[in-house]
Amino acid sequence: MKTLWILWQSFRDILPIAATIAVFQVLVIRRPIANLGRLLAGFIYVVLGMALFLQGLDMALFPLGELMATQLTSGDFIPAQNADAGDYIWVYLFAASIGFATTLAEPSLLAVAIKAQEISGGGINAWGLRLAVSVGVAFGIALGTYRIVSGDPLYLYIVTGYVIVIIQTLFAPKIIIGLAYDSGGVTTSTVTVPLVTALGLGLASSVPGRNVLLDGFGLIAFASLFPIVAVLGYAQFAAWIGKDEE
Amino acid sequence: MVVVIGFQLAVIRQPLPNALEMVSGTLMIVLGLTLFVQGLEQALFPLGESMAYAFARKGSLPWLLAFAFALGFSTTVAEPALIAVADKASEVAALGGMIRDSESSRHHYALGLRLTVALGVGFAIVIGVIRIIKGWPLHYLMILGYVGVVIMTVFAPPEIIGVAYDSGGVTTSTITVPLVTALGVGLASAIKGRNPVVDGFGLIAFASLTPMIFVMIYGLIL
Repeated sequence: MKTLWILWQSFRDILPIAATIAVFQVLVIRRPIANLGRLLAGFIYVVLGMALFLQGLDMALFPLGELMATQLTSGDFIPAQNADAGDYIWVYLFAASIGFATTLAEPSLLAVAIKAQEISGGGINAWGLRLAVSVGVAFGIALGTYRIVSGDPLYLYIVTGYVIVIIQTLFAPKIIIGLAYDSGGVTTSTVTVPLVTALGLGLASSVPGRNVLLDGFGLIAFASLFPIVAVLGYAQFAAWIGKDEE
Repeated sequence: MVVVIGFQLAVIRQPLPNALEMVSGTLMIVLGLTLFVQGLEQALFPLGESMAYAFARKGSLPWLLAFAFALGFSTTVAEPALIAVADKASEVAALGGMIRDSESSRHHYALGLRLTVALGVGFAIVIGVIRIIKGWPLHYLMILGYVGVVIMTVFAPPEIIGVAYDSGGVTTSTITVPLVTALGVGLASAIKGRNPVVDGFGLIAFASLTPMIFVMIYGLIL
């Protein structure tokens, strides 16, 4: 019964895309759809896959992220009773490695990196770009966890990040700007988001004096801001090296 | 995954509770994602991409904008990561006393959040498409957007700000990115005098900016 309900929900979630495509196809483009059978099979895969995925998230990834956060903030790792923000070193390390590992494995980032290598004529190396973005995400999430632990207001950090991005935009090569802005959104994807969200919520509920509602969210924002800084910085670095060689 | 297990073994040194449930949950995630992506590639992507190209070539502006909005809206509603985060946000909001703690009000809040984000993305894609057609430089609009976010932050209730900032990154995920990128690049290559690389990118950037503003407005209204 519960399975049926979940299936129905994911069907309802997919419906708008199907409707959009069907309506515009029929009304505006007015061409018959090729391979209708294959298409319907694909549609069923999507619904099934989404139902399984969401169910799995609830069973594994969300509890896991919260569990890690609780354990890493428990007495074994925090030496003093009234510890200050510097004592949560394992939390930062864990946050950084999660960010780095999941970003490096991100398929959409790989696609963007290859594209960037093509357009820059080799001036930007795809591997270097991916590394830069991963370091950016790792740094972003680590800083975000530091913010949760220390309890500083989120907007201070984000606004500072914006200012850095704007300054960098003025100096970066024009060709990279679109790509760099896009890379911020691309990096935070299906697996990273639930795990990192759970980490943030778990952290905010286990660090004394933090409000889950005020402090639990915001990690994803860090993870989508710092790759922009990293990519712009990388492009400037690559341009600078290129100029040096000429 | 390796990182999680590595930390669990090396640092925490405690057995995982509910190991069986965790393992079967992980298997479900892997299986679910595989099916999901397979289905997307078989059904939605080819159709969506060919339509994006067709619209870009057709040249009818109202239809193109309507399609851009519908594409942004519908892909965001279906985004699994957003569904998960919206549910979490509603749980947290109920716990924190921001909304009444009942099944229906939580459901209502999560759905409202998703629809707000989807509206934001639809709006962003429309603006982005107009930008590609007019050839406006990307960074002016982005800076304008940043200023908008900062101004909204001042007025929005503090409880919504974290969720709002996160929603920007969450929305642009597995479904939205390929379809929207196809629209942008297709459009930029169909219009004379536009460089697909310089002008084709940037739609995702808008799509991760406007949801922040929209969610903060949602928080104000609530």
